Amino acid sequence: MVELRDMSISFGGIKAVDHVTVDLYPGEVVGLLGHNGAGKSTLIKCLSGAYKADAGQILINGAEVEINNPRDARAQNIETIYQTLALADNLNAASNLFLGRELVGPGGFLDDSKMEAETRKIMARLNPNFRKFNVPVSALSGGQRQSVAIARAVYFNAKILIMDEPTAALGPQETQMVAELIQELKAQGLGIFLIEHDIHNVMKLCDRASVMKNGQLVGTVDVNQVTDEDILSMIILGKKPAKAA
Amino acid sequence: MSNTSHSPATQSAPESGFGRFLRATEIDPRLLGMVGALVLIWVAFEAYSTFVLGRPSMLLGAAQADANGFLTPRNLWNLSVQTAYIGIMATGMVLVIITRNIDLSVGSIMGMVGMYMGLLQVDFLTPALGLGHPAIWVVTVIFGIVMGALIGALQGSMIAYLNIPSFIVTLGGLLVWRGAAFLVAGGKTIAPMDDTFALIGGGSFGALGRTGSWIFAAIAVVAVVWGVVRGRKARTLHGFQQRPVWAEWFMGGLICAIILGATAIVNSYIWPKGNIKKYYDQLGLPVPDGAEFGHGYAYPVLILIVVAIFMTVLMTRTRFGRYVFAIGGNPEAAALSGINTRTMTVKIFALMGGLAGIAAVIGAARQNSATNAMGNLDELYVIAAAVVGGTSLAGGVGTVYGAIIGALILTSLQTGMVLIGFGDGSYQRIVIGIALVLAVWLDIVYRKRLK
Repeated sequence: MVELRDMSISFGGIKAVDHVTVDLYPGEVVGLLGHNGAGKSTLIKCLSGAYKADAGQILINGAEVEINNPRDARAQNIETIYQTLALADNLNAASNLFLGRELVGPGGFLDDSKMEAETRKIMARLNPNFRKFNVPVSALSGGQRQSVAIARAVYFNAKILIMDEPTAALGPQETQMVAELIQELKAQGLGIFLIEHDIHNVMKLCDRASVMKNGQLVGTVDVNQVTDEDILSMIILGKKPAKAA
Repeated sequence: MSNTSHSPATQSAPESGFGRFLRATEIDPRLLGMVGALVLIWVAFEAYSTFVLGRPSMLLGAAQADANGFLTPRNLWNLSVQTAYIGIMATGMVLVIITRNIDLSVGSIMGMVGMYMGLLQVDFLTPALGLGHPAIWVVTVIFGIVMGALIGALQGSMIAYLNIPSFIVTLGGLLVWRGAAFLVAGGKTIAPMDDTFALIGGGSFGALGRTGSWIFAAIAVVAVVWGVVRGRKARTLHGFQQRPVWAEWFMGGLICAIILGATAIVNSYIWPKGNIKKYYDQLGLPVPDGAEFGHGYAYPVLILIVVAIFMTVLMTRTRFGRYVFAIGGNPEAAALSGINTRTMTVKIFALMGGLAGIAAVIGAARQNSATNAMGNLDELYVIAAAVVGGTSLAGGVGTVYGAIIGALILTSLQTGMVLIGFGDGSYQRIVIGIALVLAVWLDIVYRKRLK
């Protein structure tokens, strides 16, 4: 469904991403692993429109597409949940959900009531206990902020979802909720790129895993066919696996 | 609103009656504090002038001609006119500050635009069209606003595309445009302005008059009622919790009372005898016995009201306004949501420049001349007004009505001190400076309490 082919991007003299190819099929979760600075966030930001790659192609359903900015990415039904969540702290949940894609009423004015109603509907699905619709999101807990960010991605019918360390700041119960959500989205046919540090989560949630080191792709493996140690040695040592997937 | 959680840890102490009242009416407590401060300042000045200086007070029954306190129609009317141009610019400054920028050049933009408007009138329009041609003031006003907007756009572009901090660009602008204003006419003053143009600055002939002001008030009251009804309809449509009916009508009634009260005050400020004579002389009629005209709303005040409504709608009901807040809250998030932060910056500074142009129009009209010192150091008052009105320099929050009340507070302090003869300009500066720091400190304390 998505193929990032031969992507390269440099900042200054440093090759952050060096001729990396990864792909993603519908209904699967591909983990993107590597130590800090390996280039996984940078690679995925080329797909989400935050960065523009210096070289390489992005193919969606076999056809090459141009993604120069976040709007282009959204137009391709690619939604991203950033590590920092990318929420505007001074705005409420509804405003954040619709940021950049506000619903307007007649005359081109914002339809805040409709946006709040839609937000209530989707938050009821994702986080039924959520009540604080009219406070700035800075007043919400980490898990509530995460659910707003997820709701934003889910509401707009993403086909391709990018999640950058979604459980990093969450407690065990909220991590479980995110895991269940990923399973549900998989079942709906979404393709998910998951950047994760926790090997345990990777083994549990991902179907395949691509490991990067120093901007280059070490290899892509089927999670069911390798052990924790295999993946760890890929990340730390850059040792290519015995079987590629 | 349904934002209470039910865990024991967050159960608040039983609310006082006043707290319940505030929550039901959804009044922002900070707004209440600012209005309270304003009323306090007014009453304090009036008390000082009545009891300490022994001047006759209209509150105690003196006639309008004798009274010289703070709470007289004449003084309040003058206050409204003097607040107008600062308030207009302060509404634009709110947007600038929300996006974590600052504009130090607005006073200098005023000065330069004023000089060019004067030059345009005297050297080009009047010779070309003849003295008193009705198009002169229209062309001048449009020219002034456009010029201000272009200067603002230039500064905004440098900030957005060259990545120079706004403090530096506008500090440079402060110096450059002020210097350029001097060069326009070699330091000379250009006077007088076109007659119709000068009306925009206020004065007996530059006001709506009694009937006009009552019509304006009637329209405003209808608009308020319509707003209340529509607000309830929108909430019912989506099944949201309503404000209690009494709260809605209380707020609506309060705002209508303020509108009607203000109209009554500006209408009761009567023309000086000299102007009445001038008026009848122009008509070629003798002055009738007991002729009396009320001023009504001055044109600068009407312009302020229109600008305030426009800016409030812009900030709260349009995508542009939403993006301003988003950029202020988290510029990275805004960019990742597809908002073009750079063109937004250019537009915000262009808007600020355009508002400075409007202020220049009012200033030049009021002075009936173009001077290169117009607006000197006014940017500080404009910034102070926005900040006193609750706009945080950290970005992300601010309101238009707050900025206008902030402008009212500062102008009231300034004019009040002049009225009671408190020292000269230096003492007034000290007081205003202390008031600014005090107001911001109170705001910070209040915000901390909220957390």
